[in-house]
Amino acid sequence: MIEEQKLIEIIPSELVAKVRDMFVEQYRLVQIGCTKLPDRIEINYSFDKNYQFINYRLILANDKVEVPSVSSVYWNALFYENEIHDLFGLNIVGIVLDFKGTFYETKEKYAFATCPPPIEPVIKTTPVVNIKEKGKPQ
Amino acid sequence: MSNRTIIPFGPQHPVLPEPIHLDLVMEDELVVEAIPRIGWVHRGLEKLVEKKDFLEMTYVAERICGICSFIHGLTYCHGIEQIMNIEVPIRAHFLRTLWSELSRIHSHLLWLGLVADAFGFESLFMHSWRIREKVLDIIEATTGGRVIFGSAKVGGTRRDIDNEMLKRIIAQVTEIEKEMKEISQTFLNDYSVQQRLKGVGILSKADANMLGAVGPMLRASGINQDMRKLNYAAYGHIDWEPVMAQDGDCFARVEVRVGELFQATDMIRQVIEKMPEGPVDVKVTGSPNGEFFARTEQPRGEVIYYLKGNGSKNLERMRVRTPTFANIPAITKILPGIQLADVPMMLLTIDPCISCTER
Repeated sequence: MIEEQKLIEIIPSELVAKVRDMFVEQYRLVQIGCTKLPDRIEINYSFDKNYQFINYRLILANDKVEVPSVSSVYWNALFYENEIHDLFGLNIVGIVLDFKGTFYETKEKYAFATCPPPIEPVIKTTPVVNIKEKGKPQ
Repeated sequence: MSNRTIIPFGPQHPVLPEPIHLDLVMEDELVVEAIPRIGWVHRGLEKLVEKKDFLEMTYVAERICGICSFIHGLTYCHGIEQIMNIEVPIRAHFLRTLWSELSRIHSHLLWLGLVADAFGFESLFMHSWRIREKVLDIIEATTGGRVIFGSAKVGGTRRDIDNEMLKRIIAQVTEIEKEMKEISQTFLNDYSVQQRLKGVGILSKADANMLGAVGPMLRASGINQDMRKLNYAAYGHIDWEPVMAQDGDCFARVEVRVGELFQATDMIRQVIEKMPEGPVDVKVTGSPNGEFFARTEQPRGEVIYYLKGNGSKNLERMRVRTPTFANIPAITKILPGIQLADVPMMLLTIDPCISCTER
Protein backbone atom coordinates (compact mmCIF):
# COMPACT_ATOMS: atom_id res chain seq x y z
CA MET A 1 0.00 0.00 0.00
CA ILE A 2 1.29 3.46 -0.87
CA GLU A 3 0.46 6.14 1.64
CA GLU A 4 -1.00 9.26 0.08
CA GLN A 5 1.25 12.21 0.76
CA LYS A 6 0.21 15.72 -0.25
CA LEU A 7 2.95 18.13 -1.27
CA ILE A 8 2.19 21.83 -1.59
CA GLU A 9 4.79 24.41 -2.58
CA ILE A 10 4.66 27.78 -0.82
CA ILE A 11 6.71 30.97 -0.65
CA PRO A 12 8.24 32.41 2.56
CA SER A 13 5.59 35.14 2.95
CA GLU A 14 2.82 32.49 3.05
CA LEU A 15 4.53 30.20 5.52
CA VAL A 16 3.37 31.42 8.93
CA ALA A 17 -0.26 31.83 7.82
CA LYS A 18 -0.34 28.32 6.33
CA VAL A 19 1.22 26.82 9.45
CA ARG A 20 -1.25 28.70 11.64
CA ASP A 21 -4.10 27.18 9.61
CA MET A 22 -2.70 23.72 10.32
CA PHE A 23 -2.49 24.54 14.02
CA VAL A 24 -6.12 25.67 14.07
CA GLU A 25 -7.09 22.44 12.29
CA GLN A 26 -5.22 20.56 15.08
CA TYR A 27 -2.66 18.98 12.82
CA ARG A 28 0.44 17.62 14.52
CA LEU A 29 3.75 19.10 13.35
CA VAL A 30 5.55 15.93 12.33
CA GLN A 31 8.87 17.37 11.27
CA ILE A 32 10.71 20.19 9.55
CA GLY A 33 13.55 19.10 7.32
CA CYS A 34 15.95 20.87 5.02
CA THR A 35 17.42 19.61 1.75
CA LYS A 36 20.34 21.33 0.08
CA LEU A 37 20.35 20.85 -3.67
CA PRO A 38 22.83 22.21 -6.21
CA ASP A 39 20.45 24.95 -7.41
CA ARG A 40 18.13 25.53 -4.45
CA ILE A 41 17.25 24.77 -0.87
CA GLU A 42 14.03 23.03 0.11
CA ILE A 43 12.46 23.10 3.55
CA ASN A 44 9.67 20.60 4.19
CA TYR A 45 7.09 21.28 6.88
CA SER A 46 5.21 18.02 7.48
CA PHE A 47 1.89 17.68 9.28
CA ASP A 48 -0.34 14.79 10.21
CA LYS A 49 -3.91 14.38 11.39
CA ASN A 50 -5.56 10.96 11.52
CA TYR A 51 -2.78 9.55 9.30
CA GLN A 52 -3.35 12.25 6.66
CA PHE A 53 0.09 13.48 5.72
CA ILE A 54 0.46 17.00 4.33
CA ASN A 55 3.72 18.57 3.43
CA TYR A 56 4.36 22.25 2.75
CA ARG A 57 7.52 22.93 0.81
CA LEU A 58 9.38 26.18 0.94
CA ILE A 59 11.86 26.67 -1.89
CA LEU A 60 14.74 29.08 -1.34
CA ALA A 61 17.07 30.30 -4.06
CA ASN A 62 20.04 30.42 -1.69
CA ASP A 63 21.00 30.35 1.99
CA LYS A 64 20.89 34.15 2.31
CA VAL A 65 17.08 34.24 2.16
CA GLU A 66 15.49 34.89 5.56
CA VAL A 67 13.02 32.25 6.71
CA PRO A 68 10.34 33.23 9.24
CA SER A 69 10.15 31.00 12.30
CA VAL A 70 6.95 29.07 12.96
CA SER A 71 7.88 28.40 16.59
CA SER A 72 5.40 31.03 17.77
CA VAL A 73 2.69 28.78 16.34
CA TYR A 74 4.09 25.31 17.05
CA TRP A 75 6.46 25.61 20.02
CA ASN A 76 8.24 22.34 19.16
CA ALA A 77 9.30 23.86 15.82
CA LEU A 78 12.13 25.59 17.64
CA PHE A 79 14.07 22.33 17.85
CA TYR A 80 13.82 21.72 14.11
CA GLU A 81 14.63 25.35 13.31
CA ASN A 82 17.69 25.43 15.55
CA GLU A 83 18.80 22.16 13.95
CA ILE A 84 18.42 23.61 10.45
CA HIS A 85 20.32 26.72 11.44
CA ASP A 86 23.17 24.76 13.00
CA LEU A 87 23.53 22.21 10.23
CA PHE A 88 22.68 24.23 7.12
CA GLY A 89 23.49 27.78 8.19
CA LEU A 90 20.07 29.14 7.23
CA ASN A 91 18.89 32.40 8.70
CA ILE A 92 15.65 31.61 10.54
CA VAL A 93 14.19 34.74 12.06
CA GLY A 94 12.22 34.94 15.30
CA ILE A 95 12.77 31.52 16.88
CA VAL A 96 11.16 31.64 20.34
CA LEU A 97 14.24 30.03 21.87
CA ASP A 98 17.22 30.75 19.65
CA PHE A 99 20.31 28.77 20.63
CA LYS A 100 22.31 30.95 18.23
CA GLY A 101 24.35 28.10 16.83
CA THR A 102 24.91 26.15 20.05
CA PHE A 103 22.12 23.58 19.75
CA TYR A 104 24.44 21.15 17.97
CA GLU A 105 28.07 20.81 19.00
CA THR A 106 29.37 19.80 15.60
CA LYS A 107 33.10 19.82 14.88
CA GLU A 108 32.47 21.54 11.57
CA LYS A 109 30.21 24.59 11.46
CA TYR A 110 27.21 24.25 9.12
CA ALA A 111 28.29 20.73 8.21
CA PHE A 112 25.36 20.19 5.84
CA ALA A 113 25.65 23.53 4.03
CA THR A 114 27.74 22.15 1.21
CA CYS A 115 26.32 20.12 -1.59
CA PRO A 116 28.39 17.78 -3.74
CA PRO A 117 28.24 18.20 -7.53
CA PRO A 118 25.56 16.05 -9.19
CA ILE A 119 26.70 12.48 -9.57
CA GLU A 120 26.35 10.79 -12.92
CA PRO A 121 25.07 7.21 -12.95
CA VAL A 122 28.05 4.97 -12.36
CA ILE A 123 28.63 2.12 -14.77
CA LYS A 124 30.86 -0.44 -13.17
CA THR A 125 33.13 -2.09 -15.70
CA THR A 126 35.11 -5.21 -15.02
CA PRO A 127 38.54 -5.26 -16.68
CA VAL A 128 38.44 -7.79 -19.49
CA VAL A 129 41.29 -10.25 -19.33
CA ASN A 130 42.07 -12.04 -22.52
CA ILE A 131 42.96 -15.47 -21.23
CA LYS A 132 44.54 -16.61 -24.48
CA GLU A 133 46.83 -13.62 -24.61
CA LYS A 134 47.62 -13.91 -20.93
CA GLY A 135 48.64 -17.50 -21.47
CA LYS A 136 50.95 -16.68 -24.37
CA PRO A 137 54.66 -17.04 -23.71
CA GLN A 138 56.36 -13.65 -23.77
CA MET B 1 9.44 34.22 45.64
CA SER B 2 12.38 31.91 46.28
CA ASN B 3 15.69 32.48 44.65
CA ARG B 4 16.06 30.77 41.33
CA THR B 5 19.08 28.69 40.50
CA ILE B 6 20.08 26.80 37.39
CA ILE B 7 21.25 23.21 37.75
CA PRO B 8 22.98 21.69 34.76
CA PHE B 9 21.70 18.14 34.25
CA GLY B 10 23.97 16.13 31.99
CA PRO B 11 25.35 15.71 29.38
CA GLN B 12 26.98 13.06 31.59
CA HIS B 13 24.65 11.72 34.26
CA PRO B 14 24.43 8.29 35.97
CA VAL B 15 20.90 7.74 34.65
CA LEU B 16 21.88 8.57 31.07
CA PRO B 17 23.91 6.10 29.06
CA GLU B 18 24.10 8.74 26.33
CA PRO B 19 24.61 12.50 26.47
CA ILE B 20 21.75 14.97 26.63
CA HIS B 21 21.83 18.21 28.56
CA LEU B 22 19.11 20.04 30.47
CA ASP B 23 19.36 23.43 32.11
CA LEU B 24 16.98 23.04 35.04
CA VAL B 25 15.72 26.34 36.43
CA MET B 26 14.94 25.58 40.08
CA GLU B 27 13.03 27.20 42.90
CA ASP B 28 14.30 25.30 45.91
CA GLU B 29 13.73 21.63 45.01
CA LEU B 30 11.09 22.36 42.40
CA VAL B 31 11.77 22.50 38.66
CA VAL B 32 10.37 25.70 37.15
CA GLU B 33 11.71 25.41 33.64
CA ALA B 34 13.80 22.96 31.64
CA ILE B 35 15.81 23.87 28.57
CA PRO B 36 17.20 20.89 26.65
CA ARG B 37 20.23 20.78 24.45
CA ILE B 38 21.48 17.94 22.27
CA GLY B 39 24.16 17.54 19.64
CA TRP B 40 27.05 16.42 21.81
CA VAL B 41 27.78 13.38 19.66
CA HIS B 42 26.11 14.23 16.37
CA ARG B 43 27.43 11.78 13.78
CA GLY B 44 26.14 13.31 10.55
CA LEU B 45 25.21 9.89 9.15
CA GLU B 46 22.67 11.49 6.81
CA LYS B 47 25.55 13.10 4.97
CA LEU B 48 26.92 9.66 4.06
CA VAL B 49 24.48 9.48 1.14
CA GLU B 50 27.10 11.42 -0.77
CA LYS B 51 29.60 8.55 -0.40
CA LYS B 52 27.50 5.40 -0.11
CA ASP B 53 25.11 4.26 -2.80
CA PHE B 54 21.45 3.70 -2.03
CA LEU B 55 21.89 -0.03 -1.42
CA GLU B 56 24.84 0.45 0.93
CA MET B 57 22.86 3.05 2.89
CA THR B 58 20.70 0.21 4.27
CA TYR B 59 23.66 -0.79 6.44
CA VAL B 60 24.09 2.81 7.60
CA ALA B 61 20.38 3.07 8.47
CA GLU B 62 20.57 -0.14 10.52
CA ARG B 63 23.47 1.28 12.47
CA ILE B 64 21.72 4.48 13.51
CA CYS B 65 20.49 2.71 16.63
CA GLY B 66 21.39 -0.46 18.50
CA ILE B 67 17.89 -1.02 19.89
CA CYS B 68 15.58 -0.42 16.97
CA SER B 69 18.23 -1.24 14.38
CA PHE B 70 15.98 -3.45 12.28
CA ILE B 71 13.13 -0.95 12.05
CA HIS B 72 15.55 1.74 10.89
CA GLY B 73 16.65 -0.58 8.09
CA LEU B 74 13.05 -1.52 7.30
CA THR B 75 11.92 2.11 7.11
CA TYR B 76 14.77 3.03 4.81
CA CYS B 77 14.05 0.05 2.53
CA HIS B 78 10.32 0.80 2.58
CA GLY B 79 11.02 4.35 1.43
CA ILE B 80 13.29 3.27 -1.42
CA GLU B 81 10.80 0.58 -2.47
CA GLN B 82 8.01 3.17 -2.65
CA ILE B 83 10.13 5.48 -4.81
CA MET B 84 11.18 2.66 -7.13
CA ASN B 85 7.78 0.90 -7.17
CA ILE B 86 9.28 -2.36 -6.03
CA GLU B 87 6.81 -5.13 -5.24
CA VAL B 88 8.20 -6.85 -2.16
CA PRO B 89 7.29 -10.56 -1.78
CA ILE B 90 4.56 -11.13 0.79
CA ARG B 91 6.70 -13.52 2.85
CA ALA B 92 9.30 -10.77 3.24
CA HIS B 93 6.60 -8.46 4.62
CA PHE B 94 5.69 -11.08 7.22
CA LEU B 95 9.33 -11.65 8.17
CA ARG B 96 9.82 -7.89 8.53
CA THR B 97 6.82 -7.74 10.86
CA LEU B 98 8.13 -10.64 12.93
CA TRP B 99 11.55 -9.02 13.43
CA SER B 100 9.95 -5.63 14.12
CA GLU B 101 7.84 -7.05 16.92
CA LEU B 102 10.78 -8.94 18.41
CA SER B 103 12.59 -5.58 18.40
CA ARG B 104 9.65 -3.97 20.17
CA ILE B 105 9.63 -6.61 22.93
CA HIS B 106 13.36 -6.36 23.58
CA SER B 107 13.26 -2.56 23.49
CA HIS B 108 10.34 -2.31 25.91
CA LEU B 109 11.91 -4.86 28.28
CA LEU B 110 15.13 -2.86 28.19
CA TRP B 111 13.21 0.30 29.02
CA LEU B 112 11.13 -1.32 31.77
CA GLY B 113 14.38 -2.54 33.32
CA LEU B 114 15.93 0.91 33.15
CA VAL B 115 12.90 2.62 34.66
CA ALA B 116 12.76 0.01 37.46
CA ASP B 117 16.41 0.75 38.13
CA ALA B 118 15.64 4.49 38.18
CA PHE B 119 12.98 4.12 40.87
CA GLY B 120 15.24 1.81 42.84
CA PHE B 121 13.68 -1.61 42.18
CA GLU B 122 16.86 -3.54 41.37
CA SER B 123 15.38 -7.05 41.20
CA LEU B 124 12.66 -5.91 38.79
CA PHE B 125 15.36 -4.40 36.59
CA MET B 126 17.28 -7.70 36.60
CA HIS B 127 14.17 -9.76 35.82
CA SER B 128 13.27 -7.51 32.89
CA TRP B 129 16.71 -7.78 31.39
CA ARG B 130 16.90 -11.53 32.02
CA ILE B 131 13.73 -12.03 29.97
CA ARG B 132 15.07 -9.68 27.30
CA GLU B 133 18.06 -12.01 26.84
CA LYS B 134 15.70 -14.72 25.66
CA VAL B 135 14.31 -12.41 22.99
CA LEU B 136 17.85 -11.58 21.90
CA ASP B 137 18.52 -15.32 21.64
CA ILE B 138 15.65 -15.67 19.14
CA ILE B 139 16.97 -12.71 17.18
CA GLU B 140 20.45 -14.23 17.14
CA ALA B 141 19.11 -17.61 16.03
CA THR B 142 17.16 -16.07 13.14
CA THR B 143 19.49 -13.31 11.96
CA GLY B 144 22.94 -14.13 13.32
CA GLY B 145 23.15 -10.82 15.21
CA ARG B 146 21.90 -9.72 18.59
CA VAL B 147 22.11 -5.97 18.03
CA ILE B 148 22.42 -5.35 14.33
CA PHE B 149 20.14 -7.77 12.50
CA GLY B 150 21.60 -7.21 9.02
CA SER B 151 18.40 -8.63 7.58
CA ALA B 152 16.75 -5.64 5.93
CA LYS B 153 17.30 -5.30 2.23
CA VAL B 154 15.81 -3.17 -0.51
CA GLY B 155 13.42 -5.56 -2.25
CA GLY B 156 12.79 -7.93 0.65
CA THR B 157 14.84 -9.55 3.37
CA ARG B 158 18.33 -10.92 3.39
CA ARG B 159 17.31 -14.11 5.21
CA ASP B 160 14.40 -16.51 5.50
CA ILE B 161 13.30 -18.45 8.58
CA ASP B 162 12.43 -22.12 8.06
CA ASN B 163 9.15 -23.54 9.33
CA GLU B 164 10.85 -25.63 12.02
CA MET B 165 12.39 -22.48 13.46
CA LEU B 166 9.08 -20.64 13.27
CA LYS B 167 7.46 -23.37 15.42
CA ARG B 168 10.29 -23.06 17.92
CA ILE B 169 9.75 -19.29 18.05
CA ILE B 170 6.09 -19.79 19.00
CA ALA B 171 7.15 -22.09 21.86
CA GLN B 172 9.81 -19.63 23.03
CA VAL B 173 7.47 -16.65 22.80
CA THR B 174 4.88 -18.54 24.90
CA GLU B 175 7.55 -19.13 27.54
CA ILE B 176 8.65 -15.47 27.42
CA GLU B 177 5.03 -14.36 27.71
CA LYS B 178 4.61 -16.32 30.95
CA GLU B 179 7.61 -14.59 32.46
CA MET B 180 6.50 -11.18 31.21
CA LYS B 181 3.14 -11.72 32.96
CA GLU B 182 4.99 -12.09 36.26
CA ILE B 183 6.92 -8.83 35.94
CA SER B 184 3.95 -6.96 34.50
CA GLN B 185 1.97 -7.77 37.68
CA THR B 186 4.64 -5.98 39.67
CA PHE B 187 4.89 -3.03 37.28
CA LEU B 188 1.13 -2.50 37.27
CA ASN B 189 0.07 -3.46 40.79
CA ASP B 190 2.97 -2.90 43.17
CA TYR B 191 2.28 -0.18 45.74
CA SER B 192 5.76 1.38 45.69
CA VAL B 193 5.82 1.48 41.87
CA GLN B 194 2.48 3.25 41.80
CA GLN B 195 3.63 5.71 44.45
CA ARG B 196 6.58 6.73 42.29
CA LEU B 197 4.77 6.86 38.96
CA LYS B 198 1.10 7.75 39.40
CA GLY B 199 0.14 11.37 38.91
CA VAL B 200 3.73 12.37 38.08
CA GLY B 201 4.80 14.06 34.84
CA ILE B 202 1.37 14.45 33.31
CA LEU B 203 1.21 15.26 29.62
CA SER B 204 -2.29 16.26 28.57
CA LYS B 205 -3.90 15.06 25.36
CA ALA B 206 -3.82 18.54 23.83
CA ASP B 207 -0.17 19.11 24.76
CA ALA B 208 0.86 15.70 23.46
CA ASN B 209 -0.63 16.50 20.07
CA MET B 210 0.57 20.09 19.82
CA LEU B 211 4.10 19.28 21.02
CA GLY B 212 4.39 16.58 18.37
CA ALA B 213 4.85 13.68 20.80
CA VAL B 214 4.91 10.20 19.31
CA GLY B 215 4.66 6.53 20.26
CA PRO B 216 3.81 5.33 23.77
CA MET B 217 4.26 8.92 25.00
CA LEU B 218 1.37 10.01 22.74
CA ARG B 219 -0.84 6.95 23.31
CA ALA B 220 -0.42 7.22 27.10
CA SER B 221 -2.09 10.64 26.81
CA GLY B 222 -5.15 9.15 25.17
CA ILE B 223 -4.35 9.72 21.49
CA ASN B 224 -5.00 6.78 19.25
CA GLN B 225 -2.16 6.97 16.80
CA ASP B 226 0.21 4.22 15.76
CA MET B 227 2.02 4.28 12.43
CA ARG B 228 1.56 0.53 12.06
CA LYS B 229 -1.99 1.46 11.07
CA LEU B 230 -0.49 2.69 7.78
CA ASN B 231 -0.29 -1.04 7.03
CA TYR B 232 3.33 -1.19 5.94
CA ALA B 233 5.00 -4.62 6.13
CA ALA B 234 2.29 -7.19 7.10
CA TYR B 235 0.41 -5.10 9.67
CA GLY B 236 -2.59 -4.97 7.37
CA HIS B 237 -2.84 -8.77 7.47
CA ILE B 238 -3.15 -9.17 11.24
CA ASP B 239 -5.73 -8.16 13.81
CA TRP B 240 -4.62 -5.58 16.32
CA GLU B 241 -5.50 -2.22 17.82
CA PRO B 242 -3.16 0.37 19.36
CA VAL B 243 -2.60 0.08 23.11
CA MET B 244 -3.82 3.20 24.87
CA ALA B 245 -3.96 4.80 28.30
CA GLN B 246 -5.70 7.98 29.36
CA ASP B 247 -3.91 9.54 32.34
CA GLY B 248 -0.81 10.84 30.55
CA ASP B 249 1.41 10.29 33.60
CA CYS B 250 4.51 8.15 34.06
CA PHE B 251 2.39 5.18 35.11
CA ALA B 252 0.28 5.46 31.94
CA ARG B 253 3.46 5.30 29.87
CA VAL B 254 4.40 2.09 31.71
CA GLU B 255 0.90 0.71 31.11
CA VAL B 256 1.16 1.31 27.37
CA ARG B 257 4.55 -0.33 27.07
CA VAL B 258 3.53 -3.32 29.17
CA GLY B 259 0.40 -3.66 27.02
CA GLU B 260 2.53 -3.53 23.88
CA LEU B 261 4.67 -6.42 25.11
CA PHE B 262 1.67 -8.73 25.01
CA GLN B 263 0.35 -7.16 21.84
CA ALA B 264 3.71 -7.96 20.21
CA THR B 265 3.64 -11.61 21.27
CA ASP B 266 0.12 -11.89 19.88
CA MET B 267 1.26 -10.31 16.61
CA ILE B 268 4.20 -12.73 16.40
CA ARG B 269 1.83 -15.69 16.75
CA GLN B 270 -0.49 -14.31 14.07
CA VAL B 271 2.41 -13.58 11.73
CA ILE B 272 3.78 -17.11 12.08
CA GLU B 273 0.36 -18.71 11.66
CA LYS B 274 -0.37 -16.67 8.53
CA MET B 275 3.16 -16.72 7.08
CA PRO B 276 2.84 -17.53 3.36
CA GLU B 277 5.36 -19.58 1.42
CA GLY B 278 7.41 -18.00 -1.32
CA PRO B 279 10.53 -15.99 -2.07
CA VAL B 280 11.83 -13.37 0.34
CA ASP B 281 13.34 -10.88 -2.07
CA VAL B 282 13.24 -9.55 -5.60
CA LYS B 283 16.02 -8.29 -7.80
CA VAL B 284 16.44 -4.53 -7.74
CA THR B 285 17.44 -2.78 -10.92
CA GLY B 286 17.92 0.90 -11.58
CA SER B 287 18.27 3.73 -9.10
CA PRO B 288 15.70 5.73 -7.11
CA ASN B 289 14.33 8.78 -8.87
CA GLY B 290 11.77 10.61 -6.76
CA GLU B 291 11.01 11.25 -3.12
CA PHE B 292 9.05 9.71 -0.27
CA PHE B 293 8.48 10.22 3.45
CA ALA B 294 8.62 6.70 4.89
CA ARG B 295 6.86 6.47 8.25
CA THR B 296 6.92 3.46 10.57
CA GLU B 297 6.38 2.77 14.26
CA GLN B 298 9.50 2.06 16.25
CA PRO B 299 9.26 0.98 19.91
CA ARG B 300 9.68 4.65 20.85
CA GLY B 301 7.24 5.95 18.26
CA GLU B 302 7.01 7.24 14.74
CA VAL B 303 10.25 7.45 12.76
CA ILE B 304 10.43 9.29 9.45
CA TYR B 305 12.86 8.76 6.63
CA TYR B 306 12.69 11.43 3.96
CA LEU B 307 14.44 10.04 0.90
CA LYS B 308 15.07 11.90 -2.32
CA GLY B 309 16.83 10.49 -5.32
CA ASN B 310 17.64 11.84 -8.78
CA GLY B 311 18.21 8.62 -10.68
CA SER B 312 21.85 8.24 -9.72
CA LYS B 313 23.21 5.60 -7.35
CA ASN B 314 23.56 8.14 -4.57
CA LEU B 315 20.54 9.74 -2.95
CA GLU B 316 20.34 13.51 -2.91
CA ARG B 317 19.05 13.50 0.65
CA MET B 318 18.27 11.16 3.48
CA ARG B 319 16.75 12.91 6.46
CA VAL B 320 15.81 10.94 9.57
CA ARG B 321 13.46 12.29 12.23
CA THR B 322 13.68 9.95 15.17
CA PRO B 323 11.00 9.45 17.85
CA THR B 324 13.22 10.77 20.64
CA PHE B 325 13.76 14.04 18.76
CA ALA B 326 9.98 14.40 18.52
CA ASN B 327 9.52 13.63 22.23
CA ILE B 328 12.11 16.11 23.55
CA PRO B 329 9.67 19.08 23.46
CA ALA B 330 7.30 17.07 25.66
CA ILE B 331 10.03 16.75 28.31
CA THR B 332 10.11 20.50 28.67
CA LYS B 333 6.35 20.39 29.36
CA ILE B 334 6.32 17.60 31.94
CA LEU B 335 9.37 18.65 33.95
CA PRO B 336 8.15 22.00 35.37
CA GLY B 337 6.47 21.49 38.73
CA ILE B 338 8.23 18.26 39.70
CA GLN B 339 10.88 17.61 42.33
CA LEU B 340 14.52 17.50 41.31
CA ALA B 341 14.73 13.89 42.55
CA ASP B 342 12.10 12.86 39.97
CA VAL B 343 13.91 14.39 36.98
CA PRO B 344 15.97 11.30 36.02
CA MET B 345 12.94 9.03 36.12
CA MET B 346 10.85 11.56 34.22
CA LEU B 347 13.47 11.79 31.52
CA LEU B 348 13.52 8.00 31.27
CA THR B 349 9.77 7.77 30.74
CA ILE B 350 10.14 9.16 27.22
CA ASP B 351 12.57 6.26 26.59
CA PRO B 352 15.24 8.57 25.21
CA CYS B 353 17.55 7.17 22.55
CA ILE B 354 20.24 9.73 21.95
CA SER B 355 22.05 7.43 19.56
CA CYS B 356 19.02 7.70 17.23
CA THR B 357 18.69 11.41 17.79
CA GLU B 358 22.37 12.04 17.08
CA ARG B 359 22.13 10.17 13.80
